[in-house]
Amino acid sequence: MVHTVVELRAGVFRPVRFNFFAVGLGFIFQTAFLSMRGHALGRCPITNLFEVFIFLAWSVAAIYMLVGPGYRLSLMGAFTAPLVVVLQVFALIAPIDIRHPVKLPANPWLEFHASISLVAYGAFALACIAGVMYLVQERQLKTHQLHSIFYHLPPLSDLFAAITRLLWWGFVLYTLGIVSGFFTGHPLPRLQVVAAIAVWLLYAAILQGQHLRRLAPKRVAALCIIGFSAALTLLWGITFTAQMPSLP
Amino acid sequence: MNLFCVGLSHHTANVETRERFAGHTEPDCILRSAGCAEALLLRTCNRVEVYGASARRVSTDEIARCLMHEAGSVSAITDRPHSEAPPFYRYEGGKCVQHLFRVASGLDSMVVGETEILGQTKKAYERARASGAAGPYLHRLFQRAFRVAKQVRTHTEITRGSVSVGSVAVDLAHRIFGQLSNCKVLVLGAGETSERTARALVSRGASDLRVSNRSSDRAHDLAQLVGGRAIPFEEWPEQCREIDILITSTSSETPLLTLANLEPMLRDRIDRPLFIIDIAVPRDVDPEVNELDGVYLYDIDSLQSVAEQSLALRRQQIAAAETIIAEHVADFVDSISRGLHRASKTSEHPSVGEAPLRTSEL
Repeated sequence: MVHTVVELRAGVFRPVRFNFFAVGLGFIFQTAFLSMRGHALGRCPITNLFEVFIFLAWSVAAIYMLVGPGYRLSLMGAFTAPLVVVLQVFALIAPIDIRHPVKLPANPWLEFHASISLVAYGAFALACIAGVMYLVQERQLKTHQLHSIFYHLPPLSDLFAAITRLLWWGFVLYTLGIVSGFFTGHPLPRLQVVAAIAVWLLYAAILQGQHLRRLAPKRVAALCIIGFSAALTLLWGITFTAQMPSLP
Repeated sequence: MNLFCVGLSHHTANVETRERFAGHTEPDCILRSAGCAEALLLRTCNRVEVYGASARRVSTDEIARCLMHEAGSVSAITDRPHSEAPPFYRYEGGKCVQHLFRVASGLDSMVVGETEILGQTKKAYERARASGAAGPYLHRLFQRAFRVAKQVRTHTEITRGSVSVGSVAVDLAHRIFGQLSNCKVLVLGAGETSERTARALVSRGASDLRVSNRSSDRAHDLAQLVGGRAIPFEEWPEQCREIDILITSTSSETPLLTLANLEPMLRDRIDRPLFIIDIAVPRDVDPEVNELDGVYLYDIDSLQSVAEQSLALRRQQIAAAETIIAEHVADFVDSISRGLHRASKTSEHPSVGEAPLRTSEL
């Protein structure tokens, strides 16, 4: 991110694979950490807010690595990196790495529900980032003020295609996550269920509007940002309330 | 052996003067006439330059005389009064190396950062090499120049953006739609600028072109020229429902396209952007149209403004490019110096192909 900002400020940004490799290197370290943590816990490491944020950052990096090269979105790395950094720095600084007093029993449905939902969040995060890129470029085209960054952004049509595909991926995974939540065997808090369905409905409405040509691409891009903000708030709420009983 | 460059360019001579040297002089003619060991002629519409290597000093007048003779203007130089001497410049040694690196990198061009000059330089080098006029000295110099130009292009943004109205329009279309092969283009008004812009779009892949003009004959002519089809003038508004790019340049006194008449047509195509290039004066499209979602309206002033922004961006890169060039000039001189040191150790009589240039010669 720093590399890209410095180059863009100097007006000499080059679309090299630096962003991809930088995120890739971070991804390897994240995978190693999650693997060690999972091994220590004997289950998928999504047991507290700290692990949730690390897992979410890992999902964002993983989906960027799948989508970035395919859509020639090298600059997306520069937009992805800040999000990954913010998620990880917050996870490391905030006092949220609270161990459960008793070892939680393995529950495959619960683990599947949590992990698939977080990967869906990763797809929504990337759609949000692509939305920001779309709006930046759209704004410059409208105002006729083209800055250095403009020449490195993918064409609007390509960005919109990437947003649409990411939304579909996220939506399908999120649906699986919600459905699997009903099989965990745990009682589901009504507020969380309502909030999760509200986010699901929001994304369903965005996709429906886009599919039926009722929403202009600019509005879809803006809604991706709003949708992810809502999803992130919901995630915080779910994880925070889930931790409440274990707080001292 | 001395490396030198003698020439004139748009910086020093107007087009009238440059025309006087627009003959067909081949490098070997200069080689024979002026007594250079090696010579290369670089001639473009903006410059005429001779790069040479010679054991003795070849005067600027000798080169000029040779160029003018070949251009059929020998009488002009012999009869000219002193005050009308062609404004030739001359660079020797390191200055010559630096000048060539700047020229090949597009820093000395009229439009800073243009890339055509590199191709022209390569062709000039190939011609000189094929005719035997360019030998080991110019070979090393030009190979390095091509490397420098490539590095400048890769490591700076000196070639970024478009700097002419036509290319800005095409570049913007590419930024909006990506591939232009699936774009439908309507050319409204068959003027010269629309024709140029339409041709530029065709060269970038646009294949579905429609032309509409008050005079249907002119519409048919232009449609034939650009490989499109003519549309009756009264039918053009309906075309706005399906086209992606509209190029308009009619002589209408009032706007043909307004917010009120375009908005209903866009309802069925909300997911597809519409790029409008209005090059008419007075304008054919009401500026308020730009407020509509998915509509990108550029008139002649805004296209010119984008071209100027690109040029300003390129100018900001000159310092970075000069740094790269300075490093290469120093390295080129240094490598020659090291070559001399090695050659003096390994061979008393190096062959011509391996002969290093002496530092003092630079």
